[in-house]
Amino acid sequence: MTDMTMAKPNMAEPTRRDILYVATAAVGVVGVAAVIWPLIDQMNPDLSTLALSKTEIDLKPIAPGQNIVVKWQGKPVFVRNRPPKMVAEVRAVPLSQLIDPETDQARVKVANWLIVVGVCTHLGCTPNVGGDYDGWLCPCHGSQYDASGRVRHGPAPLNLLVPTYEFKTPTSVVVG
Amino acid sequence: MSGPSTYVPKSAIGKWFEQRLPIGGLIHSSFVVFPNPRNLNYFWTFGAILAFMLVAQIATGVTLAMHYIPDARFAFNSVEHIMRDVNYGWLLRYLHSNGATMFFLAVYIHMLRGLYYGSYKAPREVLWILGVIIFLLMMATAFMGYVLPWGQMSFWGATVITNLFSAIPLVGNYITTWLWGGFSVGDPTLNRFFALHYLLPFMIAGVVVLHIWALHVPGSNNPAGVEPKTSKDTLPFHPYFTIKDTFAVVCFAIFFAWFVFFVPNYFGHADNYNPANPLVTPQEIVPEWYFLPYYAILRSTPNILFIPAKLAGVLAMFGSIAVFAFLPWLDTSKVRSGSYRPVFRVFFWAFVLCGIGLGYLGSQPVTEGTILAGRILLLCYFAFFLIVLPLLGLLETPLQVPASIADAVLGSHGSSTMLKGASAEPSVKG
Repeated sequence: MTDMTMAKPNMAEPTRRDILYVATAAVGVVGVAAVIWPLIDQMNPDLSTLALSKTEIDLKPIAPGQNIVVKWQGKPVFVRNRPPKMVAEVRAVPLSQLIDPETDQARVKVANWLIVVGVCTHLGCTPNVGGDYDGWLCPCHGSQYDASGRVRHGPAPLNLLVPTYEFKTPTSVVVG
Repeated sequence: MSGPSTYVPKSAIGKWFEQRLPIGGLIHSSFVVFPNPRNLNYFWTFGAILAFMLVAQIATGVTLAMHYIPDARFAFNSVEHIMRDVNYGWLLRYLHSNGATMFFLAVYIHMLRGLYYGSYKAPREVLWILGVIIFLLMMATAFMGYVLPWGQMSFWGATVITNLFSAIPLVGNYITTWLWGGFSVGDPTLNRFFALHYLLPFMIAGVVVLHIWALHVPGSNNPAGVEPKTSKDTLPFHPYFTIKDTFAVVCFAIFFAWFVFFVPNYFGHADNYNPANPLVTPQEIVPEWYFLPYYAILRSTPNILFIPAKLAGVLAMFGSIAVFAFLPWLDTSKVRSGSYRPVFRVFFWAFVLCGIGLGYLGSQPVTEGTILAGRILLLCYFAFFLIVLPLLGLLETPLQVPASIADAVLGSHGSSTMLKGASAEPSVKG
């Protein structure tokens, strides 16, 4: 037979078939990866979702001591106009008493305006106004937050998230 | 699937077809002449009941999908449209929602039967693991199905469960955003959950085929836990087990129908008749009853070493299901059936009570008391698998196991020396 050499795969010289195997596998792996990524990435937030990522809030109607809830990226944002007494109280709390130590000053841009994302850092429920710390109480698993949105009672591990925001005017804020 | 088929079609068309696609022989050998242990009790009918429930859920689900709209603006109203306007829509929806409950009730009985009679032991480990995979797929399907009506419980249940993934270190937040298709549960989430809820039952059906295939290699386990040795130990599947399974399915269907027609919302939650509101969390979030034990495990897990409570809870919850897959190697006892393991039997029922207790705690609001009780039961749950089962096989003295299934059926009269007499008087028992 003329092609006896083809029947011996352990020859030192790679055969034409070996090269075809390796080349096919290499192109196949790249091809599969190139198709899988779009199949996965299509589930990430789309352009229309990303386009709605900023929300403007008018602060004028919020009286001292009042809370409002605003929807931002589908999530609730708590805006609270804190009276000076409440600000003084949360700033007097020693950091050693906190689960996730953070000063109130680091969490606000203007002392009376507290702006936090109203999503419990445990499993994502929306806390209600209440609890023992002048702040919020999560109805799902009992986490409590103070008037600075800092977690004071578990199971939540972290403080309420402070979104990125800017004061456009002293009475108007853009979240996002 | 037990040796070469002896099936011979009667008609000429049957013979012609059988030579080209031997499906008649497959059905004949699997469900007509297939030898089943003669001592199977009614707990062995739950396989057929589960097959019935899967078909029923697919049939009602596909018809509901013809009227449902997976869009956050219309989903809630389309479900009400099904209830009020669609011909028999109320029936289809109540069959489907109560069907999920019945499916889980049946699967829990099926799993506990396997646990009690040691059905997971060699040579049935792969059969058992395929069952655990079916159970996981069922849980995913049920969870996504519960989101579709887009009521308050749907929305907040989805929020809590998808947030579990945020506990994963480093990539957790990317994974939750990816699952949501946004920055919170919303329209993209609903749409993809509908697509997957439609897909997963067919994946379940595929794994069920493997499950039955793996079952038909060694055949069914049985209450005595000894393998059939002679033809005296078995009976053909048809008519003995076809009629028994059908009878059980019909009884189960009557039980199912009672819920559908008399208390269709018994397992539901009133809050789910309020449309989803992303800004207001209901006073209490309670999952469907079949998830309550796992929910209790999730809520009561404390910080473990350097693992924060949130991640520990998620790990414990998934671990509580994953541990079932390791059962064949955790249970060291050579004796298969719990009927011959007096100490195991006590722990088995303690484990069942532990599961019910966790379920009760999962339905209650969180207090210091429920958390403490949850932690104790959580320890009991894992201790059963990781401490009791491995040690019991070494320490327990089992009862005398019958020499054969025929012996077990014929009781004290059926000791092997009496077998000759027993075969002469087949009407002595049963």
